[in-house]
Amino acid sequence: MLHSAGVSTLLSVENLQTHFVTRSGVVRAVDDVSWDVEEGETVALVGESGCGKSVSALSIMRLVAGPAGRIVGGRVLFKGRDILKLSEEEMRRVRGREIGMVFQEPMTSLNPVLSIGRQLTEGLEIHLGMTPADARRRAAELLGMVGIPDPERRLAQYPHQFSGGMRQRMMIAMALACKPSLILADEPTTALDVTIQAQILELMKDLSRRFGVAMLIITHNLGVVARYADRVNVMYAGRIIERGSARELYARPRHPYTLGLLRSVPRLDEPRRARLDPIEGQPPDLTRLPPGCAFTPRCAFSVARCGVESPPLAAVDQGGHVSACWEAAHLDRVPVRSAAT
Amino acid sequence: MKEDAPLLEVRNLVKHFHVGGGLFGGRAGVVRAVDGVSFAIRRGETLGLVGESGCGKTTVGRCLLQLERPTSGQVLFEGRDLTTLDEDELRPIRRRVQVIFQDPYSSLNPRMTVGQILAEPLMVHDIVTDRERRGQRVRELLSHVGLLAQHAHRYPHQLSGGQRQRVGIARALAVEPALIICDEPVSALDVSIQAQIINLLEDLQAGFGLTYLFVAHDLSVVRHISDRVAVMYLGKIVEITDRKSLYDVPRHPYTKALLSAVPIPDPALEGQRERVVLGGEVPSPLNPPAGCAFHPRCPIAIDRCRAEGPELREIGPGHRAACILA
Repeated sequence: MLHSAGVSTLLSVENLQTHFVTRSGVVRAVDDVSWDVEEGETVALVGESGCGKSVSALSIMRLVAGPAGRIVGGRVLFKGRDILKLSEEEMRRVRGREIGMVFQEPMTSLNPVLSIGRQLTEGLEIHLGMTPADARRRAAELLGMVGIPDPERRLAQYPHQFSGGMRQRMMIAMALACKPSLILADEPTTALDVTIQAQILELMKDLSRRFGVAMLIITHNLGVVARYADRVNVMYAGRIIERGSARELYARPRHPYTLGLLRSVPRLDEPRRARLDPIEGQPPDLTRLPPGCAFTPRCAFSVARCGVESPPLAAVDQGGHVSACWEAAHLDRVPVRSAAT
Repeated sequence: MKEDAPLLEVRNLVKHFHVGGGLFGGRAGVVRAVDGVSFAIRRGETLGLVGESGCGKTTVGRCLLQLERPTSGQVLFEGRDLTTLDEDELRPIRRRVQVIFQDPYSSLNPRMTVGQILAEPLMVHDIVTDRERRGQRVRELLSHVGLLAQHAHRYPHQLSGGQRQRVGIARALAVEPALIICDEPVSALDVSIQAQIINLLEDLQAGFGLTYLFVAHDLSVVRHISDRVAVMYLGKIVEITDRKSLYDVPRHPYTKALLSAVPIPDPALEGQRERVVLGGEVPSPLNPPAGCAFHPRCPIAIDRCRAEGPELREIGPGHRAACILA
């Protein structure tokens, strides 16, 4: 697929459906979802717990835990190839080599009994066929690149000797090791302190620019990605309910859920409000979704149709901004920020 | 007791933990989790206590309740020094001081219904001895926190995270406390639910005249709910003042860096915003740097900062900061 600017699509997820069989019924964790990432672009997948954002990531990497979880439909085209059709052997080459991964809790994704050096060189030797000496040299170079001082000495250490921020730097080094074209980062800074979060996000953005790597950032925090994402997909109850360029989506949200999220958080750049503006109600129970739009029970803008018919993602402008809301056209006059008091 | 006396006053609180030197012969060390902290909270006020993980903010909360016995210092609650009381003497005090925890799931007994969870403190503290009246009080508590009477028959796992936190709040309210220590009460909740809980805490404060110590790392939430704010770094308060001064004219370089690291959900604004990205990481409280503990990461540190630990000194009316350059 070629876009007007000549940028080609790196990853294209088409009508993906991932279901889980639970005691209380089938959970459509990812329910017919389509989105894409262009080369070198940073895309965010944003939503709250249970919205399907992490399952989307796991589905792309084919890491959904069976037998309960299963990809039941759709395609995941990576550089034009449907990776859902690859053999397990071929898939292993995609993971780590072509798509790097960074997870929320670096301690649980690193092997505690292998040295930092070994964990970095393993991939280099397996995926790139480097000699142990070359791999070691490259590993030190990678640690230096992610801002870990004294990399030679650090290679001999173990994960528990690294702080949380250092471990996340190490994860980023591992993700970059085989020069992937996409990095998939699932809540990469959620477990970190705010001053360290800033460091890690700046580092990721800098590296993605320098090496032209595309990034898919999965997060529950709209604030975190505002500075870094080119495009944002907002998920709710297994579906994408809004997508647009970051600037457009934050300035003119056209789905009541996105609007609600933006309005509910207190902001440091604005006068303090007397009262916060929450989204009422509870997050949806995926085994018992209401008919029609899943957000209806919590929505302040719902009309009769919303409880009957599920709205498709439809364009709200010519710039690729789409919203799955029957009332999207009427949301353009609602201010994102409520009046400060 | 004078009317304007603070409800709670903490004087030079110190809590050290001894680590290592055990069976495996590791080198013994002292973690200075809380290292000389003083503050006061007035009746009806909310004091925010912010800082990054390991700064000692949670330990301060635990020392107030005497869940951890402080190494030294005083905790004066309604004029009595809690550090001198034994467990029997503390029991009535614990009715007056309650806690709301971060993770409502792990702080609620999974084998008890919501009704039983709320009735338990009423029995333990002999507040409502009559069974029927207890049921009535449970329903009353549920309605205070925005839950329905039928929620009394549910188990914690049948509730959403936000509903569980409401149960945690109702349980704290059951004993009619004066002070509630809120330890990261919303950070485990979804963004859309956080605002509901914050509004609820504010309504309850207004309705019951509660006083809060609000321990959190989210500076935007702390600004919203607090009247005054204390910022902690490596076991010490580095700045304390009223909300407006702290956010409008922060004086400690660590406070400034923390505020500039908070992301704002607005790409247009973020694009122009200057950010102070702090280098380095929080040092280990096992081996804090000499002089000012913040100096290795401080963008404005001078030689004197390496040698001399700054006093938390008055730099304006009701505004104290521990920085020789503030």
